[in-house]
Amino acid sequence: MREGERDPGLYGFRPWRDRPAIEWPDGKKVAVWVSPNLEFYEIDPPANPHRKSWPRAHPDVVGYGHRDYGNRVAHWRMAEMMSKHGFPGSVSLSVSMCQHMPEIVADANARGWEFFSHGIYNTRYSYGMDEAQERAIIEDSIRTVREATGQTIKGWLAPALTHTPRTLDLIAEYGLSYTCDLYHDDRPNPVEVSGGKLISMPYSLEVNDHYGFFVYNMSPREYADTLIRQYDRLAEEGGTVMCIPLHAYLIGQPHRIGPFEDVLRHIAADGRAWITRSGDIADHFLSTGGYEAAEADCARYAKEDRA
Amino acid sequence: MSLDPGYLEYPMRRKGMDHDLYPWSNITERPPLALPGGAKMAVGLLVSLEWFPIVPGEAPFRAPGHMQTAYPDYRHYTAREYGTRVGFYRLLDAFEKAGAKATIAVNAAIAERYPSIVADILAAGHEIVAHATDMDATIDSTVPEEQERAMIASARDTLTAAMGMAPTGWMSIARQQSWNTPRLLVEEGFSHCLDWVNDDLPYVQTTASGPLVAVPYNHELSDRQVIVVQQHSAESYVEQMKDAFAWLAAEGAPRVLPLHLTPYVMGLPFRMGAFESLLEWLAAQPDTIFATAGELAAALPGEDA
Repeated sequence: MREGERDPGLYGFRPWRDRPAIEWPDGKKVAVWVSPNLEFYEIDPPANPHRKSWPRAHPDVVGYGHRDYGNRVAHWRMAEMMSKHGFPGSVSLSVSMCQHMPEIVADANARGWEFFSHGIYNTRYSYGMDEAQERAIIEDSIRTVREATGQTIKGWLAPALTHTPRTLDLIAEYGLSYTCDLYHDDRPNPVEVSGGKLISMPYSLEVNDHYGFFVYNMSPREYADTLIRQYDRLAEEGGTVMCIPLHAYLIGQPHRIGPFEDVLRHIAADGRAWITRSGDIADHFLSTGGYEAAEADCARYAKEDRA
Repeated sequence: MSLDPGYLEYPMRRKGMDHDLYPWSNITERPPLALPGGAKMAVGLLVSLEWFPIVPGEAPFRAPGHMQTAYPDYRHYTAREYGTRVGFYRLLDAFEKAGAKATIAVNAAIAERYPSIVADILAAGHEIVAHATDMDATIDSTVPEEQERAMIASARDTLTAAMGMAPTGWMSIARQQSWNTPRLLVEEGFSHCLDWVNDDLPYVQTTASGPLVAVPYNHELSDRQVIVVQQHSAESYVEQMKDAFAWLAAEGAPRVLPLHLTPYVMGLPFRMGAFESLLEWLAAQPDTIFATAGELAAALPGEDA
C-alpha cells in the first residue's frame, strides 16, 4: 500500500455493472465458502502498545472461557453438521492451535478442510511489528501448518484483523495468493502489491457470526434468515462469492446451531451454489484469466491522479 | 517501529491449555454424566439474588447491573430491589408450579438484610450458593490475596449463620476471578464453582490445594445476555431456549440446559407469562429433570458430592 497517503492504493476501481462474466465450475452461480475461525486466545498474553487484549484483568474468566467453549464443546457440533450437509471448511487458523489442540486441527484436516493463517494467536497483534517480526510470523505460519497438516497455506486473515502497511506485500512475496482482509467487493479482485499476484477473497464482516450476534444483536433465527437472504441475492446476481465466517464458540452454541443448520440445508438444496473452499476459488479465478480480466476492467476506469 | 522481542516469544505454546487451571478435554470423548434417575437431560435453573449499595464501589471494577446515574441513583437502586422483593417471589412461585428445584446465588448482604428470603428459599427445597458479600465485592487479580480470602470467608460465614449449614458452592460477581480464586475457594471449604462458562458439562479444575468442580452456566443463554445485552423479547428468549434444549437433547449423551435468571429482568410482569410457559414446556419433556448445581456436580462420573 501507499503508506501515509490519503488513498492507500490497495486496488483499482471498477463498478458493479458491465463487468466481464465470471464462470464458476459446472455453471454454478455463486461460490460459497464457509470459514470456521479455529482460534486460540491466550489467558495471559503480553501487552501490545496499540491494542488491549482483554477488557478485564487477566484472567478474564468469561472472555477466555467463552472462546475456550469452542475448543472443548462447539467445534465438533459445528464440524459434524457442516460435513453432514457437504460443506468443507476453509479454516482461519491461529496456527498455535497445531500445538495446543492438535486433535482439532487433525479433525479439520481429515474432513478435507483447507487452512490459511490467522496469525499465531488471536491475542498477538501485528500492530507495531517491524519487517523482520512480520516475516517471522508469516514464516512461522507457513512452517507450522505444513508440519501439522501437509498443506501449504494460500491465504491470510490478519490476526484479530491487525495489519501493518507492509502485510499485503509480504504475503504476496511469500507466495500466498489471497487476502481475506479487504471488504470492497463481492468478487475476487487484484490487489496492488510490490511483487507477485495477490487477490482479495470476499470474506465478510457484515454476515460474520460475530457481527450478527454481537454488533447487530440478532437472534439465532434472525441471523439464519440474514444468511439465506444474502445467499439468495448473490445466487440471483451470479458470478459472485459468498463467505460465511464462523466461530465455533458463537455459532456452535446450542440455541444457534439448529437455526444455522437450516441455512446449510437451504444452500445445499438450492443447486446454484458451488460449495467449495477459498483456495479453490482463488485457484479457479487465477487459472481461468479472472485476474487479467479484472485488471483490464479496472484499467477502463483508471484515472491519472486519484490522490 | 518494532515491538519488544518478547512479543514474538511463546513460552506457553504447548499441547493443551496455556495455563494449569484445568486440562483440555473434548466433550465427545468423556464418560457420560450420571444424572439422577437416569435422566437424559437436566435443566439447571440458577437465580442471582443481589444487593447493590446505592454508593457503588469501583474497585477493582463496578459490577454489571450496578448504579449508573449521578448520586443518588434511585432508579437503579429501586429497580434492583424490585427484583428482590417482587420478581424473585414470582420466580419462586413459578418454580413451585413446575415442580422445579433451583439454585440461588445469594449475596451475603441479602441474608443479613432479608433473612426471611433465605428461609423461604430453604423451605422450598432450593439450593443456595454463596455469591460474595454484596455487589461491591468484585474480584480480579489486582485484589490482594488476604483481602480476597477475607471476603470469601465473610460471605461464607454470614450465609452459614443464616442457612444453618455452610454453602459448598460459589459464584463470583460477574464470574470474574483472580489467579488465586479457585485455590482460595478450596481452602475455604467450597467444593464447586459456577464461574467458568467454557463447557456444557461439569468438569474438574485443579488447584494447589485440591480439586474444584466447575459447574458451567453458559452466560450466552442467560436472561441478562439475551434480554438485556442483545435486547430480545421474552418470547424470543423462550424460542431460543427451546431450540437449545432440542439440539442438546438430540446429541445422544446426557446434557444440561442452563437457565441463568435475574429477578429484576425475568421477574417483570410482562415477561413472566412467557417464562412460565417455558418452564411448563421443559417440565413436560421426556427423560428430563431440573437439577441444582450440587446435583450437577455430583453427577460428574467419579464425584459423589
